[in-house]
Amino acid sequence: MLITPIKNKHQNKTLKQIMNHQTRDRICYAIFLLLIILTGYFIKNPYYLQVLTFIGINTLLALGLNMLMGYAGQISLGHAAFYGIGAYGTAILTVHYNLSPWLALPAAIAAAMIVAYIVGIPTLKLSGYYLGMGTLGFGMIINILFREWRSVTGGASGFIGIPTLELGMISFSSGRNYFYLVWGFVLTSFIVCQRIIDSRIGRALRAIHDGEKAASAVGVDTKKLKLQVFVLSAAFSALAGFLYAHLVLFISPGTFSFIASIRMVTMVVIGGMASIWGSLLGASLLTLLPEWLHAFSEFEMVVYGLILMIVMIFLPRGLTRGLLDIYERANKKNDH
Amino acid sequence: MQEILQYLFSGITNGAIYAVIAIGFSMLYNSTELINFAHGEFVMLGSLCMVTFFGTLHLPLIPAMMLTITCVAVTGLVFERLAIRSVKHPEPIVLIIITVGASIFLRGIGMILWGKDAYSIPAFSSHPPLDIAGAKLLSQSIWIIVIFLVTAVGLQLFYKKTLTGKAMKANAISKRAAWIVGIPSKLMVMMAFGLSTAMGGLAGVIIAPITMSSYDMGTMLGLKGFCAAMLGGLGSLWGALIGGFLLGILEAFGVGFVSSGLKDATAFLLLLLILYVRPGGIISSADANRF
Repeated sequence: MLITPIKNKHQNKTLKQIMNHQTRDRICYAIFLLLIILTGYFIKNPYYLQVLTFIGINTLLALGLNMLMGYAGQISLGHAAFYGIGAYGTAILTVHYNLSPWLALPAAIAAAMIVAYIVGIPTLKLSGYYLGMGTLGFGMIINILFREWRSVTGGASGFIGIPTLELGMISFSSGRNYFYLVWGFVLTSFIVCQRIIDSRIGRALRAIHDGEKAASAVGVDTKKLKLQVFVLSAAFSALAGFLYAHLVLFISPGTFSFIASIRMVTMVVIGGMASIWGSLLGASLLTLLPEWLHAFSEFEMVVYGLILMIVMIFLPRGLTRGLLDIYERANKKNDH
Repeated sequence: MQEILQYLFSGITNGAIYAVIAIGFSMLYNSTELINFAHGEFVMLGSLCMVTFFGTLHLPLIPAMMLTITCVAVTGLVFERLAIRSVKHPEPIVLIIITVGASIFLRGIGMILWGKDAYSIPAFSSHPPLDIAGAKLLSQSIWIIVIFLVTAVGLQLFYKKTLTGKAMKANAISKRAAWIVGIPSKLMVMMAFGLSTAMGGLAGVIIAPITMSSYDMGTMLGLKGFCAAMLGGLGSLWGALIGGFLLGILEAFGVGFVSSGLKDATAFLLLLLILYVRPGGIISSADANRF
């Protein structure tokens, strides 16, 4: 008799917390939507719009990889392969088979997911450096395939003539429309990922991250879940590849090389692992950094490498988490 | 027959180079459990230093080699002191990004110092190629194989016979136990770094006459050396040797009999195969786990 009210009270509190959590998220996403609309409306410079569109595409890449690395704790050094499958998939289907891009989109994503499923089964059995190496090898092989299968992919000189996107009367060739399209996908993906993270699956993924054996001991099907999140992140990368191909209208194997995979990992880690907004931050920084570093001309690579090393040495948990840590430590000092 | 022998020669030459790179990887992994993604860049540095010392300044061969290897090893030690020892929580992902950052940094340095051009230097000696059953063995190939053999035997003696070598081995097996018996663990890690990057430099030195050296040559060489180390069994000296030669020879036959486009794919196909089937590598004990 005594226990029941306490339990109820406790339950109410958590329910309230959950409500708060959800309302807060909704407000966040509403503000985000508003920001997207305003940015697209007020920015007139086509160059800025294009940079912002690239940030959107990179955010999708970082978000997909963050689900795998940040939440499930599985590293991948070959994710550019899925990015490339998305881009080459839509290029081949629209140019060689005259398919509508809107039909090519699900086909390209499905292709990436199937490849991820097949590759994931043996690869995800590995862990640590070995998993990194397995995914690296896979990424290199797919990249060599893009370069050497000349009759289909155009080889090292690239694939030209990818059509622009159109939807009825709306053409997505102009900067602003494409900006809205990309960021519409980003917002939707954010909400989808947030829903997954807040669900039972999200908690199970974090359990795998903290300790795979412990997770499986409490009944999480770690094998199945790791494979699912690998396939999901491949789908996000393929979506980004689709958007990249129809924006730039020309793709070549260099865009999807080992360096690209590493850049994706860097976005996730610099931005902050296991944080949706961290993906946005990481993608923005890594897209803008080369633009800023042009000023250094010859020293661009040196500065870029230095920044990577310094951030990782001093803020190994990424910028979002790292800055929060510094803030919390400063607060604690003030309390004493 | 003649063709096969020719492929075998080129396979053994490349294999020796991959083996030297792989030894560098393995050595470092053994003592620090660190995979150095910048290792290929040390090979690049070795190759380009050799271009300067041997090709441009015309130093005699042995001093040029010594100077090159010293330069590369010192760079490696500086890298260890500044970038690796400063890391407070050495998790694989953090170390991967730091070494990748270092590789971009070193590539940038290479570009600033040597520009974007590709250089080549003459072979170490100008003997005519040996004719063996119709196949030609270049004099540089002989140099590479001899230097490789001397290095392998030297390392073996170092690990088996000298006190320092034994101490390094003990430190690799268990840092704690080595510390208890009075082996300075930090010094051993530093030495492993120096030796490993010196191996990278040596690989650069011997490869310089048979390839075009440029600031961006390191990545692929590093990755392939890594595949070789993985193939034989990460952390094992003999594994690195076997892996290197296996990779070199299979690659040469792949180019000869299938297609030259497949050259780079061979290493990674082998890597996947070994990871799926026997992640401990070819010569590992059966209970090698996947971490």
